[in-house]
Amino acid sequence: MNWGIFLRETPEGGTQYWEMIVSGLGWTLAVSAVAWVIAFVLGSLVGTLRTTPLPWLTRLGNAWVELFRNVPLLVQMFLWYFVVPEFIPPLKAWVIAADPAHAQFLSAVLCLGFFTSARIAEQVRAGIQSLPQGQRHAGMALGLTQPQVYRHILLPMAFRIIIPPLTSETMNLIKNSSIALTIGLAELTFRAREMGEYTFNFFEAFSAATIIYVIIAMTANRAMAVIERRTAVPGFIAGGAT
Amino acid sequence: MKHSRTAVSIVIATIVAGITVSAQAQELTGTLKKIKETGAITIGHRESSIPFSYLDDKQQPIGYAMDLCMKIVDAVKAELKLPALKVNLQPVTSANRIPLMQNGTIDMECGSTTNSVERQKQVAFGPTYFVINVTAAVKKTSGIKSLADLNGKAISTTSGTTSVPLLKAYEKTKHIDIKEIYGKDHAESFLLLAQDRTVAFVMDDILLAGQIANSGSPSDYAIIGESLRQEPYSMMLRKDDAPFKALIDKSVVAVMKSGEIEKIYAKWFQSPIAPKGVNLNFQMTPALKEAFANPNDKGV
Repeated sequence: MNWGIFLRETPEGGTQYWEMIVSGLGWTLAVSAVAWVIAFVLGSLVGTLRTTPLPWLTRLGNAWVELFRNVPLLVQMFLWYFVVPEFIPPLKAWVIAADPAHAQFLSAVLCLGFFTSARIAEQVRAGIQSLPQGQRHAGMALGLTQPQVYRHILLPMAFRIIIPPLTSETMNLIKNSSIALTIGLAELTFRAREMGEYTFNFFEAFSAATIIYVIIAMTANRAMAVIERRTAVPGFIAGGAT
Repeated sequence: MKHSRTAVSIVIATIVAGITVSAQAQELTGTLKKIKETGAITIGHRESSIPFSYLDDKQQPIGYAMDLCMKIVDAVKAELKLPALKVNLQPVTSANRIPLMQNGTIDMECGSTTNSVERQKQVAFGPTYFVINVTAAVKKTSGIKSLADLNGKAISTTSGTTSVPLLKAYEKTKHIDIKEIYGKDHAESFLLLAQDRTVAFVMDDILLAGQIANSGSPSDYAIIGESLRQEPYSMMLRKDDAPFKALIDKSVVAVMKSGEIEKIYAKWFQSPIAPKGVNLNFQMTPALKEAFANPNDKGV
């Protein structure tokens, strides 16, 4: 064991290993945060579409979920980075001209955002369908339009119900961001591996990465628990003990 | 008198023999002891380090380094009088090869491992069996002839390899700016070059030759003459294991001195090799000839 290794200078010069790990952490957080926003917005939209009475919208939503859920994440990452730009010439031109890190960041964010959106869509759909049919009918009977029923009756309850699985999904997303190392994005796992390769202190490098992942995931978990408590509706299932 | 002298010499001979036998028994330490006790040796091999150590179409590890390691296995069989020695094959990656060596999972690693002074703090190495140049593959149409021509351009390289710090050091001394894009393996780094997303792929020359030979149009690519550094490859073994190292050195040096190495070299570098029957056409470099003429285990 040699924990002093983190204070040694890297071969790149001018920086120490702990700074290298911290810069990796920065990318991990940035990718996870942006991908989460994409996943949440798209996931909610697609999940809602799948419960509407309009068959073609439902089918579109189903196709979206099946597409992104059935292709391995590793393959999707490869497709977004290597294959998609080949079919879109302006994108290819931008990818060549831009800072490599930006192109990798964009690919990683789109890949993780779309992949996770399929999973969140599934949860949103389950959340809406877990509500008694009577709620939708009562809304219609009151003269609300379909979007109003969703906005004021179904979605507020559905989102509260799915907070626990959404928490898991958020933690998964953070851990999945390590897949971005396969397209060369210098995130946390990439940096830990790099540090291991340079110093051969793999144990120390990956211990640091593990501890950091646990801390981020736990923080996300606690934050979601706070949201769950704050938004709980007294007397309703989601208002139970935490 | 004569009789007693004979008797004395027999006694002495017996005692000496006894000492030798017990000394041999004592000498059996480290890896050799482990091999004797378990009746098996575990070789770590790579899966895609063509032509050093890789899987063929039957998923069996083959290659130049594997051939040399099998010579060592033969020597171990003879030394330990274990004709039925079992050979376990364990795939390793560049990230796990050193930890697996240290924790005893593998006894010897036969792949494309650079013998570096830094690594010698953790593991030991056998005689140098290959010498590579870290250089760049480019498309012929790019007109790039030297490393200095890469200034301001993007290049690809494989993450976790020694090429990365070498390139950074080169940029610093020459005051030029090169953008690096990292592939997770050599095939991906090469793909970046093939798709024109980078102008060069910086890596060990023999690995570049392997990627070019396997590409759709080998004649489109060239390897530039300049070199960032020369690096020796050799088989890796555990540190502080003198008897095993001596055995490895002895058997590999014998292959080099007898000239057999040239046949093995020609088999892997200058003839069609499995699985696709591609010929790397890689000439022996002066540095490699030197390493065969004067075997050594010096790291960089």
